[in-house]
Amino acid sequence: MQPLFFWIFSIGMILCALAVVFNRNAVASALCFTFAICFMAGLFVMLSAFFLAAVQILVTAGAVMVLFLFIIMLLDLSAMEHAPRHWIWMAFSGLLALAFLALIGKTLATLPAMAEPPASYQSQAQVTAFGKTVDQNISQSRIDKGDDTHRIGRLLFATKPAPGETWESFTSYVAPFEITSLLILVATIGIIVLCKQEERPRPHHREEISREAPPVPPVREDREAALKT
Amino acid sequence: MQITLNDYLFVAGTLFAIGLFGVLMRRNLLIIYMSLEMMLQAANLTFVAFSRFNHHMEGQVFVFFVITVAAAEVAVGLALIVALYRLKQTTTVRDLTKLKF
Repeated sequence: MQPLFFWIFSIGMILCALAVVFNRNAVASALCFTFAICFMAGLFVMLSAFFLAAVQILVTAGAVMVLFLFIIMLLDLSAMEHAPRHWIWMAFSGLLALAFLALIGKTLATLPAMAEPPASYQSQAQVTAFGKTVDQNISQSRIDKGDDTHRIGRLLFATKPAPGETWESFTSYVAPFEITSLLILVATIGIIVLCKQEERPRPHHREEISREAPPVPPVREDREAALKT
Repeated sequence: MQITLNDYLFVAGTLFAIGLFGVLMRRNLLIIYMSLEMMLQAANLTFVAFSRFNHHMEGQVFVFFVITVAAAEVAVGLALIVALYRLKQTTTVRDLTKLKF
């Protein structure tokens, strides 16, 4: 059953990705991209990454694609639909992409096939973290219990090791997480600065400015006369 | 037939190659940007596959970061495209030759 779903999801994803590249209509491209992301979320579910599947649909298929669609509708892309195809350039880039794919396939063919491990993380005898092998009793302790959301949350937010876990095997991504929030803040400010329209003087205001006589510099004799009186 | 790690890696590689093809072939900035996003997603799939098959949770945490940074990057990039469109009234890379030597 699982291979069937794997092939359905991956072939659907790749067909949608091809449609993104080949479609002339930008809105249709964006929709195909959304479908490809949904298929990829299915693959994530098959890899038992449920939290990331949800995040993928919410953030990438939801927020990012809505942003793309907004911009596509804001800009006038009708010229793109009638642009001529450059067959030579197309063949060249296709050849390059195929060469890349052949490189990947050749590399993968030399690797030994790695079967999917059992779904339960606790049944695994050893867990390796950054090259360090952790004992069996640690891997079966509290740190490995819970679903993937729980475990990602522990890795992201934990500030001290769980009971039964040593400081050596403890990793936390609190600092990168905070830096990411800073990055989003900087991106927000950058977008506002980029999209801010230059404030132009209004037409009648500009006329007033031009009608006004330039300020006359005080003449020396006048000033001396004023000083005398 | 068991699905192995290599199958996932090959699918991710195919997606990356399609994204590369799109970046090279298309002339429209928005489509190029979508293809770039597709290449990022291919890297995400690789991360998750390795995370599952090696019993690491770190891979999924990294995918979490990649999705966050990609969302911020898309927002900034689209703002740049809009600013460019205001300036030049075009989104075709053919017309953007200011830096051409």
